[in-house]
This record gives sequence, structure tokens and C-alpha cells, in this order.
Amino acid sequence: MTKGKSVLSQASSETNKIPSLYPAKTKLQVTVIFFTVLIIYIFSMYWTQREMVGGVGGALGNMYTVIKKFFPPNFAILPNILDPLLQTIQMAIIATTIAAIITIPLALLSARNVTTFKPLYYFSRTFLNLLRTIPDLVLAVIFVGLFGIGVFPGILALIIFSLGILAKLISETIEAVDMNPMEAMRASGGNTLQVIWYALVPQVLPQYTSLVLYVFEINIRASVVLGLVGAGGIGLILNQQLGFYNYPNAMAIIIIIFVVVILIEYISNKIREALV
Amino acid sequence: MDQYSLPPKPKNAFMKRIRNIVIAIAVVALYIWTFTSIDIDWGRAIERSLNNFQRVIPKLFSPDWGALGEVSLSMLETVFIAFAGSLMAAIIAVPLAFLAANNMMGKYFSIIGKWILSAIRAFPDLILAILFVVAVGPNAFAGVLAIAIGSTGMLGKMFSEIIESIDMQVVEAMQANGANRIQILFYAVLPQIIPEFLSYAIYRFEVDIRASSILGIVGAGGIGTMIIFAANNRNWNEMGMILLAIIVVVTIIDFASAKIRQKIV
Repeated sequence: MTKGKSVLSQASSETNKIPSLYPAKTKLQVTVIFFTVLIIYIFSMYWTQREMVGGVGGALGNMYTVIKKFFPPNFAILPNILDPLLQTIQMAIIATTIAAIITIPLALLSARNVTTFKPLYYFSRTFLNLLRTIPDLVLAVIFVGLFGIGVFPGILALIIFSLGILAKLISETIEAVDMNPMEAMRASGGNTLQVIWYALVPQVLPQYTSLVLYVFEINIRASVVLGLVGAGGIGLILNQQLGFYNYPNAMAIIIIIFVVVILIEYISNKIREALV
Repeated sequence: MDQYSLPPKPKNAFMKRIRNIVIAIAVVALYIWTFTSIDIDWGRAIERSLNNFQRVIPKLFSPDWGALGEVSLSMLETVFIAFAGSLMAAIIAVPLAFLAANNMMGKYFSIIGKWILSAIRAFPDLILAILFVVAVGPNAFAGVLAIAIGSTGMLGKMFSEIIESIDMQVVEAMQANGANRIQILFYAVLPQIIPEFLSYAIYRFEVDIRASSILGIVGAGGIGTMIIFAANNRNWNEMGMILLAIIVVVTIIDFASAKIRQKIV
């Protein structure tokens, strides 16, 4: 009787100590990772603030007085910035169109199920990966150095930048298609072009259009800032106004950019929802 | 023979055709407007490129190794900016994501949260950087703030979509057992979302490395400062070195991030 009771109490004392959901090793790993991240974070915060006069406290206190300079925005400059604003949109349209055309062969080359010749596939994949590592503005800086200030280097930078994204996204779409129609076409004697046109294109077209619109949105946002390095569009005017310390004008431009970006994204989103 | 007849034509075929024609006309009009009113000075562009080609392109491919020390130091600063910025964004994005997810706080909060997030997303990173440079001065911390705010928009949206896609049956089961909101949060919601949150935060770090490498163009620290100096001084050898550094660092971080994310999810 007493023995039985002691066993019972022992068992209950064991159940009272709730076992942890996670093993000790996982806990240790998570703790180590957490502290590593924290240390790197503290060091980055220290490093990025070491050149600051007065530290964060001073800067944040300062922020209010500086932000106040931006208000009220001066919307009287609206007629003057309409042209560069439209130019920005045109740059994005042209760049997206040309990129959408060039991307087709590139996407086909870097899709595993179309390009069965492995070295070619790996080559185009690596090429696209390299292309995507270079930020758009760096491309713009180089092209401005090469072609001089203007719209042309901006468009070129946008084309190359969006090519990397678009070709990758589309090649992934191509890799995800249903292969059965393609096999059936091949079995009944269709050549490569016929297989692509009748079995691949109908499957990919809606996603293709949707992705092109998505890249168009990215391009609108990118083309807005291209002018900061002299590659045309509204960024050029913004840079000038900031250079003159004309903050109310700059704020008006920023607000207009904001409205245009939201508007275009809304339209493009609606079209994409209707497509897919 | 009856079974081989064609299926009935859809009734709205006519409306659909009209809609397609209207869309086609709109697109063509857009293109005509674009290509007729854009002013590209072809003559000058070609003339300039003929003059500059020899001066620029070969130099880009022969990087100036003497600048390696300076370039690596500012690339390191770029990585720090991206790291601090994405971590801050990942933390700020969590409450906003809970606000915006339509299965957590109710419909009205969800709409408000979604509006806040899309408003943040509409600002390009560089415009935010300009504002912060004016506010806290031309240093790397302005870059950190710009990255933090800029990434919050996208991360918050992704996070809220993850929260919306969780299995609500677990939450209901806990509610039925009489768990309070905090318990539900810790035992039903968090275990489902943490791996994907981490995965997206790491992915965003990848994106932010690219974004922070250009912030210096407006004075917000990092390697962008060197880019703008090299371009202004026509020092294309140094530009080649900078490009090389960006390509190498971005590739390494992309690779590492992909490996980590594979392990997490």
C-alpha cells in the first residue's frame, strides 16, 4: 500500500515538471543565433552612428524642426513638373516593352524543361544571376557616364535591370507548366517552334502578362529616382530642388510621385487580378 | 450524331470582344503617345558613346585593386546598414502585420493596416533616404532608417499574408478550451508563423543589400558614396572595383540566404 502510494507520488512529481516542447540542443542553437544576431545588430548600430554629431537623440530631436521645413508643400510648381513626370512614365513604358521582348529568348534559354542542353542552361542562369546583382542606379550611373545626361541612359538601365528580374520570373513560370501537351506535340511530330507556340505559349501567356505588369510597377518606382544621377525624368527636378534647399517644392514633388505610384499600382493590380 | 455537336457559345462573347477591342485601342494609343513624345537625342547619345566607349568600358573590366581596402570598408558599412535596417523593419512589421491580417484584429483594423502598409510601400527607398538625410544628416544612420521604413511596407504585407494563411482550427480549439488571447498567440499562432517570418526577413535582407548599396548616392552612407565620387571623377577603374565588390558580396549573401531559408522552412 505504502509502496504503491510512493510510486504514485513520484509519478505525479514527474508530471508536475512539464517537459519542454523543444530539445536542449535546439534551445542552445536558438540562443546562440539570437545573441549573434543581437551582437551584429548592436555593432551595426554603433558603426552607422559613429559619424553622427550629437548621436541619435540629437538627430531625432532635430528631425522635427527639419521636417517642418518641408511643409506646407508648394503645389504651385505642378505645371512645371508635369512634363518630367510624363517623361518618367514613358521611360518605364518603353523600358518594360523592350525588356518584355528581349526576355522571351532569355527565359526560354534559362528554363530547364525547354533548354535540355545543360551547359547552355547553366550559362544563361549564371548570366541572369550576375545581371540581377547590379542595382539599377549603378547601371544608370555607368550609362550616364557612357552616353551623357538624358533619357536614353535611363531607359537602357531600366531595360537591363528589369531583364534580370523578368527573365528569372518567366523562366520559373515556364518550368512550372504542364509538360504533357508539349510531349504530345513532340510525339506527333511538331518541331521545337511549333511545340513552343502551340503547347507552351497558351499556358504561359496570362502569367507572362501579369509579370510584365509587375515589372512595369517596379520600373515606375525605379524610373522616379533615376533622375538623381542624371538619367532623365522627375528625379532630376527633385535633385535640383533639393540642391537649392527648396524643401516645399521638393515635398510637392515627393507627394506627386507618391500619388502617381499608388495610382499606377492600383490600375496594374486590377488588370493583373482580371488576368490570372 | 447528337453527342458530337459543338457546345453552346458563351453568351457574353460579344461584350468580351468589345472589351478586348477597347483594351487594344487603349494600349496602342498609349504606345503612340509614348514613342512620339519621348525625346531621345540619338545624335548626341551616339556621338558621346563613340567618344567614351574606349575610355569607360575597358577600364570597368580592369578594376583598381589599390582601392580594395577602401571599397571593402564601405561595402562592410553597406552590409551593416542593410542588416540594421532589415532587423528594425522585421520588428516594426510584426505589429503592423497583425493589424493588417483580416483574421486577427477584425475587418476595420485590417483595412487601416493594409492602407498604412501600401502607403509605406509607395515611397521608393531613395526618396525615404533623401528625407532622412535632411532629417538626421548625411551619414549611414539615415540609410538605416530609410531601409527600415522602406522594408517595413513589403515585410508587413508578406507577414500579414502569412498570418492570414494559418490554420485557424488550432486557434478555435484553444479558444474552446478556454485559453486567453496571450496563450492563443504563443501556442497557436506563433509556432505556425515564425519559420516563414524568418524566411521572409532573411530574403528581405538580401533585397536590402542591393538597396543600401545605392543609398550613398543621396548621401546616406555605404558604398553608394564611392559610386557617386568615382562617377564624378570619371574614375572608371575604381568603379570597376566597386562593381566587383557589389557583385561578389551580393552573390555570397544571396547564396547564404537561400541555404538558410531552405533549412528554416
